[in-house]
Amino acid sequence: MMERTDDLIAVAMSGGLDSSVTAWLLAREGRPVVGLSMLLWDQSGVEANGRCCGALDLGDAKRVAQQAGIPHYTLRLDREFREKVVDPFVSDYLAGRTPSPCVRCNTWIKFDLLLERARELGAGRVATGHYARILDGPDGPELHTAADADKDQSYYLFELTQEQLAASLFPLGAMSKPEVRELARRAGLVVAEKGESMEVCFVAGGVREFVEAQVAEFPDRYAERFSDQTLSQPSRLVDAAGADLGAGQPYYRYTVGQRKGLGLAAKSPLFVLAIEPEENRVVVGPVEDLLAPGLRGERLHWIGADPIEADPIEADAIEATVRIRSRHPGVRARIRPLGDGAVEIDFAEPQRGITPGQAAVFYQGTRVLGGCWIQGRL
Amino acid sequence: MAFVYLDHNATTPLHPAARAAMLPWLGEQHGNPSSIHRFGQQARNAVEEAREKVAALLGARPPEVVFTASGTEANNAVVLDAARHAGRKGHLVISAIEHPSVREAAARLEKELGFEVTRVSPAEDGVVPAAAVLAALRPETRLVCLMLANNELGTLQPVAEVAAACRERGIAVHCDAVQAVGKIPVDVRELGVDSLTVGAHKFHGPLGAAALWVRQGAQISSFLLGGSQERRRRASTENVPALAGFGAAAAAALAELPERQAHLAALRDSFEAELLKRVPGSILHCTASPRLPNTSHIALSGIEGESLLIRLDIAGFAVSTGSACSSGTVEPSKTLLAIGMSQEEALSSLRVSFGMTNRPEEVEAFLSVLEREVAELRRLSPLVPGKTAGKTAGKTVGKTS
Repeated sequence: MMERTDDLIAVAMSGGLDSSVTAWLLAREGRPVVGLSMLLWDQSGVEANGRCCGALDLGDAKRVAQQAGIPHYTLRLDREFREKVVDPFVSDYLAGRTPSPCVRCNTWIKFDLLLERARELGAGRVATGHYARILDGPDGPELHTAADADKDQSYYLFELTQEQLAASLFPLGAMSKPEVRELARRAGLVVAEKGESMEVCFVAGGVREFVEAQVAEFPDRYAERFSDQTLSQPSRLVDAAGADLGAGQPYYRYTVGQRKGLGLAAKSPLFVLAIEPEENRVVVGPVEDLLAPGLRGERLHWIGADPIEADPIEADAIEATVRIRSRHPGVRARIRPLGDGAVEIDFAEPQRGITPGQAAVFYQGTRVLGGCWIQGRL
Repeated sequence: MAFVYLDHNATTPLHPAARAAMLPWLGEQHGNPSSIHRFGQQARNAVEEAREKVAALLGARPPEVVFTASGTEANNAVVLDAARHAGRKGHLVISAIEHPSVREAAARLEKELGFEVTRVSPAEDGVVPAAAVLAALRPETRLVCLMLANNELGTLQPVAEVAAACRERGIAVHCDAVQAVGKIPVDVRELGVDSLTVGAHKFHGPLGAAALWVRQGAQISSFLLGGSQERRRRASTENVPALAGFGAAAAAALAELPERQAHLAALRDSFEAELLKRVPGSILHCTASPRLPNTSHIALSGIEGESLLIRLDIAGFAVSTGSACSSGTVEPSKTLLAIGMSQEEALSSLRVSFGMTNRPEEVEAFLSVLEREVAELRRLSPLVPGKTAGKTAGKTVGKTS
């Protein structure tokens, strides 16, 4: 009989390769482990990518748990997932933003709700298969990038708190993906040859089709955004000066920085510069107009203590490397908090593709200081 | 102490006699019972021996026993067969607490063939009143389905009374007795029903073996088409090892029944008495109703049953929050709602079902862990809305008049 202690670790098991190896590694070390899977998106019959959210994968998680010799339970969190992740995802598109649902899922589901449920089940800590590291710092736990820079997922974790980090384990943070796969193969895990889940896990086909299907299915949820226009109304394409260039697709089908699919003839290639839902307009222009000297952000979050308050010399800004999307290499920048979560960021070099709805995440070396949500360009 | 299994209404460990009867058919012996040669003859003999033993357990004649692969298959067969005899439309009466294999089959007739289905609710004591079933009968009623023992609550239903009244009106009665057989005496003639379902694995037989008893002379169409097995009622090469185990489990159940009832009731009664004393806010359901000797259905106010089940499992004790068929999702059980429980109370309930291999020390250990885990859960989430920390002593509800 396993004696329940505060050392009990709950591993969040999606049925994918990374979380499976995480569970297996901890079990192999002889630590008391339970596997927890979250039923997040129950579209009975609809297989969401056949991956992270699909019922099939929960079956894989159960198989792996047996291989690792640990008990496994599935928690139904689909109501919370819809409220905290799916609804905001759809609303973001309707507001002309390009959302980052994985950050929200980490912030609201995996390290909030799941941690809470794990504690209810007697587990004090949650382990996940994220590629990121938690290191002890002078002021408590710090979030750092993964040893494998190609796989680094620290960007998606910027909204965590030190308290959450203290209760979290990322056993894969010091490993490379090939090493993880090799471990799975040697252990004979049933998921050893499984592919990557790169897409948004709850969207089976195209994102635009998903958004339209959701609005059609739940018109009341998004009524605010659609009080005075219909879902498929064409937008107006305009240039930066406001000149009309013709009719376009419904505005939420565009993403800032997008080049393809505009259907406009021009001397030089045109890009989406901004989306203006209130005006039902999409502003397009040449590539140089995509460049911005900085960005405006909201909901500023510091993982540890506010570094600006902590710094007695320079009281109003902090220097850091900022990544403005998950695959962005990062740019040197000055972060100027304005109060109430508002923030302005000045880049050392102008950047393209400041996309409202994405996260801007702040780094010093490998350490993640925090981040904010992008509202627009400066 | 090793892991303790307290979920015998889900399935039971194999009886040593059943295992012994199966082993030759998993090893040196094999054969298709339909074959003419001696291999076939031996296999046929094993199947027919099993049929005799199952019939004996039920007070039935062997030719009336149709082997199936599961209780679900047998229940489906009877309900769906009602459509064949009823022509295009007809009326079914089922209890609202039937197993899903009855409920879903009835729902299909309703949806696809325009049948009308009356679902008769149980009273608060977990028993479907016979009078309510009879009041639902109509001239065009083809079939009444009433289970003998409810899988979640363990309550016994007035099958004999309903069957007697239906017989007078020429209405067929099917009884799902899967949870009852092996725990209490079940005699098909005394019950007076037309068909009855029994499953081996609920009373220490193997998985994959069950039977539909059909009264001699009663109509049932072939529900699997093909060969002439099971008097053409159910084609398929017989599952000889499982059926051999089924027969042996049936013989053991018949021989041990009084001893089983006493053993199970002693475990359950001591558990229930101690629970009320030791676990604040515990509620026992349906204790005053006629019920199986092995099943305790309890609610723990302010506790989420799912969380408690997981904590108990981590601590080494296997119980259930409802019927196994509806777990995996946190939907309150229809049966519990049908006896008038609130959603919240239904989600706070636990089913403890004892078995022959359980010992008093295990019950004692379970009580200690239950005490500890319930206290811990209440400590962790004392202020969740609707959760009332149970400071009051335990109580029993569902007392019948």
